[in-house]
Amino acid sequence: MTLALGIGVLVAGGVFLVLQRGLVRITFGFVLLGHAANLLFLAAGGTQRREPPIEGTAALGQMADPLPQAFVLTAIVITFGITIYLLVLAAAGKGDDDTERLP
Amino acid sequence: MNSVLLPLTVAVPLLAAAVLALVRHPGFPRRAVLVAVLTALLANNVGLLVAVRDGGTIAHNVGAWPDGIAITFAVDLFSALMLTVTALVTLVCAVFAALSGEGRNRYFPSLVLVLFGGVCGALLTADLFNLFVFVEVMLAPSYVLISVFGNGRRIPAGRLYIVVSLLASTVLLIGIAAVYGLAGTVNLADLAGTARESPAVALAGGIVLVAFCVKAAVFPVHGWLPNTYPYTSPVVAALFSGLHTKVAVYAIYRIYALVYDGDARYLAVLLAVFTATMAVGALGAVGGPAARSVLTFNMVSGIGYILLGLALFGPVGIAAGMFYMVHHIVVMASLFLSIGAVEATYGSRHPERLGGVARREPVLGLAFIGAAFSLAGVPPFSGFVAKLLVIRAAVVEGEYVAAAVALIAGLVVLTSVIKIWLGVFWGRMIREVDHEQEMVADAEMPRVRAALIVPPLVLMLFSLGLGIGGELLLSLSERAAEALVDTGEYVREVAGG
Repeated sequence: MTLALGIGVLVAGGVFLVLQRGLVRITFGFVLLGHAANLLFLAAGGTQRREPPIEGTAALGQMADPLPQAFVLTAIVITFGITIYLLVLAAAGKGDDDTERLP
Repeated sequence: MNSVLLPLTVAVPLLAAAVLALVRHPGFPRRAVLVAVLTALLANNVGLLVAVRDGGTIAHNVGAWPDGIAITFAVDLFSALMLTVTALVTLVCAVFAALSGEGRNRYFPSLVLVLFGGVCGALLTADLFNLFVFVEVMLAPSYVLISVFGNGRRIPAGRLYIVVSLLASTVLLIGIAAVYGLAGTVNLADLAGTARESPAVALAGGIVLVAFCVKAAVFPVHGWLPNTYPYTSPVVAALFSGLHTKVAVYAIYRIYALVYDGDARYLAVLLAVFTATMAVGALGAVGGPAARSVLTFNMVSGIGYILLGLALFGPVGIAAGMFYMVHHIVVMASLFLSIGAVEATYGSRHPERLGGVARREPVLGLAFIGAAFSLAGVPPFSGFVAKLLVIRAAVVEGEYVAAAVALIAGLVVLTSVIKIWLGVFWGRMIREVDHEQEMVADAEMPRVRAALIVPPLVLMLFSLGLGIGGELLLSLSERAAEALVDTGEYVREVAGG
């Protein structure tokens, strides 16, 4: 339930920010949306089993699902790279777009 | 054929890109390496096509991990066809870029190679999450390409492009997470038919399909495409039109055929959406203000035709869609490169104000009008066969409205390309001096270099060849469609590694 609420809050904030005019806000919106997707992956793997998935350290039924963790790691790297590029674009070509708020 | 070629098809362009990005030797050798690597990949992909020409599947477990754990790469006739035609178009665009301006940029060869590596990966993988990763690998260099090459509005266009793509990717990621949570796997072989049995998985898969529809520019989420592609350079637009939207279309075909097992319950929705895409794209094209926006709207219309084959699910419809896809990739690239040759020579951002190019450059005019007729579906070009197949499939399935829309949209498309012909190629050449138009004597204007005319001409002739000798591609498409409808072979090979 906590996870579901967390994802909901992150998606709500992310969508709100993505709908703003400024590219920096949009970028932050994508950061939030990316975290929401990552939490969704962890939820998809199940949150009851939390032991490290290393053979011999815990009972099989207690081990966490390693696959969503690998997914999340990949997704974080991709989101990180593209976030930086978005911020570069926000700085490049200043004043040539209507992304700034009108006075 | 050794299945280890499959991961190499992805690894070679990525490694070559890394080397080219590190080596500080500008100029000719870099472009030669780009063209050589792409030629080798084209040969490799034709080899894959020959190996699976009878409708078989080759699968490979990456890293020799055991079945069920490994990420699997698999090639069947559908992906082999896509691999071949994308390699051909990428090679021709790379040659054109090497001869015109873009190729002189230090990072251009690396970016194109990463882009094509991502395309190969997306076409080869048999794993939903891996598909997401390779789509991102394909998109990351595109973000740079679209915001570095192009005219004055390229940075705003790049922003729009990245924001829309990133939103679609996030939705895709959420959809994949939902599929994993419900089905417990992202391997396409294990997912086969799950969406047909469980409405929950169908809903999760629907999120994935919606994300790919955004990337493919399907109505009503097509608006980003005509607002971004016209502002990049023609070579980049040609590359993108052949690769990006088509990879998304490929994914829609693959997922619907495999995960949904061609579920007939949702076909009515698909049919309505894709028919509307055809119509809206054609209407946008005929109303487009400039040459390149006419072409980009025609891309939207073409996406509708290609996906209509999927909505008419069955061997006839899917074979028609595949034929149309190959035809459309080749013809759009040819048209963009023709306009690119005009722009590279006359430096005009508005070639439609130029006029008279056909009088000075009859061969370029021939390349353009041939490709334009092919796009509109005039015999004997490939467009005629492709449109005939799509309309025949619609009539066979009893979808007369879709058939009528496809027919009428074809006429509207013809009107739209004739508009470009009249503006750019017909009449006398006009030059603006102090906002006053004057006729230009032929001797004053530079000639289009022959090297820039050859790439669009080659693609136009390829389309002509597909039209006259369409039997070969048609029989390949039919076999590929059968393999896609009857998923047994693909699932067995992927599950068995």
